Amino acid sequence: MSEVKPIVVALAGNPNAGKTSLFNRLTGLRAHVGNYPGVTVEQKWGQFEHKGRTIKVVDLPGTYSLNSYSLDERVARDFIINERPDLVVDVVDSSNLERNLYLTLQFLELGLPAIVTLNMMDMAEAKGLNINLKKLEQGLGVTAVPIVATQGKGVEVLLDRIIEVASEPEAQWKPIKISYGHDIDEAIKQIQSRVESSTLPLDRMPARWLTLKYLESDPAVEKLISAEAPALSASAAPIKTRLAGHLRTTLDDDLDGVMTDRRYGFLSGLNRQAVTRVRRDKREISDAIDRVLLNRLIAPFFFLAVVYGLYQFTFWASEPAVGWLESFFEFLGETTENNMADGPLKNLILEGLIGGVGGVLGFAPLIAFMFMGISILEDSGYMARVAFILDRIFRAFGLHGNSVMALVVGGGIAGGCAIPGVMATRTLRDPKERIATILVTPFMTCGAKLPVFLMLVAAFFSENQALVMMGLTSFAWLIALVSAKLLRTFLLPGEPAPFVLELPPYRMPTVSGVLLHAWERTWSYIKKAGTIIVAVTIVIWLMMTFPSLPEDRQAAFDERAAAVEALIAAEPEGSAALAALEEEKTAVKLEADSATLRNSLAGRLGSALEPLSRLIGFDWRTNIALVGGFAAKEVVLSTLGTSYAMSSDAGAASQPDDDSATPAEEEEDEEDALIRSLGAKLASDPAWSPLAAVSLMVFVLIYAPCFVTIVVIGKEIGAKWAVFSLLASTVYAYLICLVIFQGGQALGLA
Amino acid sequence: MKLISMRQMAKRQRGVVSRVRGGGELGIRIREMGLVPGATVEIVGRAPLKDPVHIKLYDNNLTLRNNEADHILVDLAGDGEKDQAEVEAHE
Repeated sequence: MSEVKPIVVALAGNPNAGKTSLFNRLTGLRAHVGNYPGVTVEQKWGQFEHKGRTIKVVDLPGTYSLNSYSLDERVARDFIINERPDLVVDVVDSSNLERNLYLTLQFLELGLPAIVTLNMMDMAEAKGLNINLKKLEQGLGVTAVPIVATQGKGVEVLLDRIIEVASEPEAQWKPIKISYGHDIDEAIKQIQSRVESSTLPLDRMPARWLTLKYLESDPAVEKLISAEAPALSASAAPIKTRLAGHLRTTLDDDLDGVMTDRRYGFLSGLNRQAVTRVRRDKREISDAIDRVLLNRLIAPFFFLAVVYGLYQFTFWASEPAVGWLESFFEFLGETTENNMADGPLKNLILEGLIGGVGGVLGFAPLIAFMFMGISILEDSGYMARVAFILDRIFRAFGLHGNSVMALVVGGGIAGGCAIPGVMATRTLRDPKERIATILVTPFMTCGAKLPVFLMLVAAFFSENQALVMMGLTSFAWLIALVSAKLLRTFLLPGEPAPFVLELPPYRMPTVSGVLLHAWERTWSYIKKAGTIIVAVTIVIWLMMTFPSLPEDRQAAFDERAAAVEALIAAEPEGSAALAALEEEKTAVKLEADSATLRNSLAGRLGSALEPLSRLIGFDWRTNIALVGGFAAKEVVLSTLGTSYAMSSDAGAASQPDDDSATPAEEEEDEEDALIRSLGAKLASDPAWSPLAAVSLMVFVLIYAPCFVTIVVIGKEIGAKWAVFSLLASTVYAYLICLVIFQGGQALGLA
Repeated sequence: MKLISMRQMAKRQRGVVSRVRGGGELGIRIREMGLVPGATVEIVGRAPLKDPVHIKLYDNNLTLRNNEADHILVDLAGDGEKDQAEVEAHE
């Protein structure tokens, strides 16, 4: 049996037709996500055996059509044309046959052998629809199989049919021919004969289909024809122009529009023959929910409540897992600390490797639960309603209703994360709107920026802390929306993508569906981010460690440390002077760390940038912290601490040790202590002012996204945009801070 | 025949699509969703900022922006004079 090659099945269907349920049903959990050969966009595929044959199912994106307007549609179409699967299994929603069959018809016009799976037959019956399978099969010339994907009903029959259809001798592509009316049919005939005798490669695309797409002014086919067969282009153009002119005078309509209408006309006729409506149904429950949730007064408040609930759920649910991971990496750190000889290798493993992997995995529970929440919103049907409610506002800034979730998840309420935010833009079909959304999502107040803000706000604006934090979040929204408008005006200009959108009926999300969804995305994050981030964390660690201090300076520090050490050893246990000496020991160590940092590559970079950064109120110490913050924004605070020779132990050391504190609480204490001690230091430093603090907060808000985000952006929309985001955000942040700081100084605010 | 554009239809008003103006991506997208001549539509409501519009097409809920609804001409035949008067007052 092994010599028989696998049957390749393309799984297609409208969004919300139940394609994912069927895919999961067919492949179990053995799905692979990855770049299928010949396809640039990630695709899901799975493989299994049935009756001794290997069947490979490739999940095409959910689409309404096979035009080349949107990325999803191009992916689906290119897969069919380039990979020539053995057949397509087209999942249609039986309760909405006419529109679903429009996509089916596009496959049939390509000539691909097809099986139409009538999904949700139970729903159709409940709605009072009676579908005559025989008439449907005759009308379309295909095999039809009724199924209920969520319950697995009919799946066995479907598998049998797949093998039958794929085993048909001479399983040739036989395009269906429907009539487009006399005038168009006549033109099709004339052009098709020219296509057949042209130099076009007809082994992959049937001549009739090329003709239809040419008449519909399909951009990809027009390009192909003018490149491969210029002679054809010249001889067919007058026929098309004449036809279009004729339709304009007789019907006052465009050619491509008329052709779509005719296809629908064909399906509507088929529908009348094959479907009888036994009684009327109104999907009462779903509509009743909409009457409340989409009520113009209730809708905005309910949306805010949902967003608030999403955050609450994410933080509440991920807290234990985040704590476990923290303890685990702490344990790993301590084990290394106690069992390895001191030296650069130990520091590398401790700070670079464990810190880096810990950083990546530390986000994972947050991302998993955030996606679980988002999956629930998506699967229930509410997400489409969010786009509907807020589209008007976002369109004004060149974005789309579907951009909302990315920005909210990215930190629209302080504490989100840009990584799931960027990944949540996949629902945006228009590439320009999607790129703009991705580029502005990192401007939101994500959780990692919060400690820096908290420190500066506590130090300089202790009177109005809550107000300043609110102001920062509002400022983030303003900057994100205005930047999106700028991007859409100058860099990514274009008409807004059509909004025509379906509001699917509300459904109860299934536990397995939500878990699977969340798992897939979390895993792809860990896999992608893990490798590269560890590498970058190590590089940044190296930059902040090497070159080490010149020997004589290091020796001087060692000498001082040894001297204090000797004094401590000489002091009797419990003496009053001991505490002071311990403190001095810490001070010497911090001073040495600070000197090492200044001398390191990062330190030199920070010093070299000082002439520029002075203009926005930062000295070399802040610069180093910002360089470190590129690895992860949390690093800004700790690096600032090191460069000011402040330690997270400084505050805690003065308090008696509390043995009952859990590791997580201790962690909290350390951060709080650093916020307090560093804040006090900065507030009393004459080089700092409230204006410089504002400048730093704005800079941290806007400058280069953290490296994890950059990697994810690269994976989503390409390396070019990832580099753009990195550089442009930093320059942009600098310019904005320049206006704030210089403007502020001119107004005498410093 | 009383033809008006879909943008001008009031909440709860019903009609039959008579024409979809124009082709191109927008014209095709509108039709692909089933908004073709002969389809019965009803306005269900509008978003909080009065745009986009929420319609019922057969048993399905669709939304589209007002500037997209401009491309769709709907025949209100059968509905009373009152509707038409309302629409004209609106203009």
